[in-house]
Amino acid sequence: MSALLEVADIQTYYGESHVLHGVSLRVEPGEAVALLGRNGAGKTTVIRSIVGFTPPREGRILLEGQPIQALSPHRIARRGIALVPQGRRIFAPLSVRENLLIGARASGWTIDRVFALFPRLRERAEQAGGTLSGGEQQMLAVGRALLTNGRLLLLDEPSEGLAPIVVREIGQIVRRLKDERLSILLVEQNYHLALRVADRVYVMNKGQIVYEGTPADLEAAEDVKRRYLGVA
Amino acid sequence: MIARAAGLAVLVAAIAAFPLFMGSYPVKLLQEILIFGLFAMSLDLLMGYTGMVSFGHSAFFGIGAYVAALALVKSPGLTSALLLPAAVAAVGALLIGYFSIRVSGVYFIMLTLAFSQMFYAVAFQNAFLGAEDGLVGIPRPTVAGWSIGSLGRFHAYLIAIEGLLALFLWRVTRSPFGHVLRGIHENEARMQAVGYPVRRYKLAAFVIAGTVAGIAGALYTQFQGSVSPDAFFWTTSGQALLMVIIGGTGTLGGAMLGAAAFILLQSLVSSYTERWMLILGVTFVLLVLFAPGGIVGTLRGRVGLRA
Amino acid sequence: MSEAPLLALDRLSRHFGALAAVNGVTLSIAPRERRAIIGPNGAGKTTLFNLITGHLAPSAGRVLLGGETVGGLAPHAIARRGLSRSFQRNNLFPRLTVLENLRLAAAADGKGSWSLLGGASRLGPSLARARETADAVGLAGRLEEAAGALSYGEQRQLEVGLALATRPRILLLDEPTAGMSPEETARMTRMLEGLPREVTLLIIEHDMDVVGSLADRVTVLHYGEVLTEGSFDHVKADPRVYEVYLGSA
Repeated sequence: MSALLEVADIQTYYGESHVLHGVSLRVEPGEAVALLGRNGAGKTTVIRSIVGFTPPREGRILLEGQPIQALSPHRIARRGIALVPQGRRIFAPLSVRENLLIGARASGWTIDRVFALFPRLRERAEQAGGTLSGGEQQMLAVGRALLTNGRLLLLDEPSEGLAPIVVREIGQIVRRLKDERLSILLVEQNYHLALRVADRVYVMNKGQIVYEGTPADLEAAEDVKRRYLGVA
Repeated sequence: MIARAAGLAVLVAAIAAFPLFMGSYPVKLLQEILIFGLFAMSLDLLMGYTGMVSFGHSAFFGIGAYVAALALVKSPGLTSALLLPAAVAAVGALLIGYFSIRVSGVYFIMLTLAFSQMFYAVAFQNAFLGAEDGLVGIPRPTVAGWSIGSLGRFHAYLIAIEGLLALFLWRVTRSPFGHVLRGIHENEARMQAVGYPVRRYKLAAFVIAGTVAGIAGALYTQFQGSVSPDAFFWTTSGQALLMVIIGGTGTLGGAMLGAAAFILLQSLVSSYTERWMLILGVTFVLLVLFAPGGIVGTLRGRVGLRA
Repeated sequence: MSEAPLLALDRLSRHFGALAAVNGVTLSIAPRERRAIIGPNGAGKTTLFNLITGHLAPSAGRVLLGGETVGGLAPHAIARRGLSRSFQRNNLFPRLTVLENLRLAAAADGKGSWSLLGGASRLGPSLARARETADAVGLAGRLEEAAGALSYGEQRQLEVGLALATRPRILLLDEPTAGMSPEETARMTRMLEGLPREVTLLIIEHDMDVVGSLADRVTVLHYGEVLTEGSFDHVKADPRVYEVYLGSA
């Protein structure tokens, strides 16, 4: 069975700066995969490479076996990759409902289904996106991505900038998404959140994958955790 | 370098000697170009070098024009012709600048526009200033005993003033102060962060530009022998803006070329059709689309000169 | 050895509505010290820098530079007092040459910059200082390039150069190696190590190798407060720091 997403040995540059050095990873259908690492490790660059904002100069990215690394971002989105970007990036002047519907495509997820998942959003359906709290904006960003009915959900640091109690909520949301049989690639700095959700984990450092395994494996690998997630 | 200086010298000599071999209509056209060119150059210092796009530069042109008109009628000397208009324009620029510089971008454009139109309203409604008809019968000054009423004498007088002021503006752009202005244009926030009191520099640039604009206005009054509220009107500001852009923003000399292009086009086309503004508009659109560097920018591209 | 601190923060706080981005931070930096500030995202590190450099006014507490209270002063006034800063995202003069970029920074003490009619000769001293700075940051061969045409790594070097050209007493560097490849990071680290000791350094960094190479002492920030402080080895071994980096459970 081929992977849903396969990133094969990509080399990504910012201008002449070589920032991803041969990164490979995969996400199987129905899997939740976590990509961990400190700031500056290159995790967001991997996301940007997948969605086409910073395409890789070498290597391939395959979605259900089809290469997407040379496509423009909107085509990649149409092929079925849904992004929940770092920092939420919701449309502040638009209402919750407008935010949700803006990229919506038919089949599968409907606005009612999203409201069922996030009752708080239903309560605030006509409120402007910019007036929501951080956690609610995160729910909105997730809902917006779900409604594009993509096959792969990319979550870029959903816990960033959120208070611990909200982070716990986010963790519950991601687990519920997993229950809905979505395929998820989760980029996170918060180790505990990632481990509660993921089936497999990768760890990155300085533009390279330095570890791959199950959450249990990583939990036991003290030296890996210290060196690449802690302060060395 | 030597070639450029020599070429410039030849041009200046030709301009100075114009009345010797041309009739009065071409000479007056040239004088109008020179006066508006100076006005546009002062705006370029603000726009092209410091990055402050003002839509109210006519405020100072008008101040200079009216002060010269009022003063020359009383006492036609250099003080009335140049010093007083410059001084009042400078004070005006200081006051307007103090408030306008607190904002930037679109808000700066709006505020400078608003101030200039306030002056227009005052001039238009004030009988002392001639109301909508303005003031007429303004005599040309007497300089060191010589009356400069004749075409030739006025031409020499104009060339001398223009030459001095153009040289002054040119020196300013190449001075340490001028370099600071350019830095502010490129990245105002970083200039602050490395220790420049940016607001003070912007105000200084505003006052210098306003003062030179005031002198241009005073010269215009002396050129025409009259002044009207149009000197304050936003179209005067707009004309200067167009001249700067047509000639090439941030080049100083471009402003003078832009004035020449604008006034010559206006004079030429309006002798064939009433719709000269349409022709000018289309020309301007084509220029912005295909030659955004203006006349100077295009020439530099062709001849390969370094900026 | 207790010399008077060059930079001291006394219960410094900054609130945004109900959020305390920086909450009662007290720390002091001795002259010639090299201090690193680390902490996970959202710890308030850049906000702290903005408070020190005058880009933000404190809600409470004091910032003292050489014993003088500078909190609330305008950024250019603080820069004039010998405190200089580089930015996390490149903040250069893109269309100007590298030399002119550095010269503008070097001339910022203002003594010659009000000269309206002075010519090229007046630029001499600042040009000399600009060339020295270019040597110090490894850009001596790129002086005539427009800043916008440099590679990303070179632009980061110039970013540090601009802050250095003002000859500060203390240099604040906000993630100097952000976005750099390993080779560029190594080059930047060597460059920073090579800076004269008279220039006190305060660095925000995520790259722990850089911290290990450069820092005498490390301060760990978490949710706007100082968690702990000490040598890099001491901080590495602290279990609380480890927990904070792994995130809330």
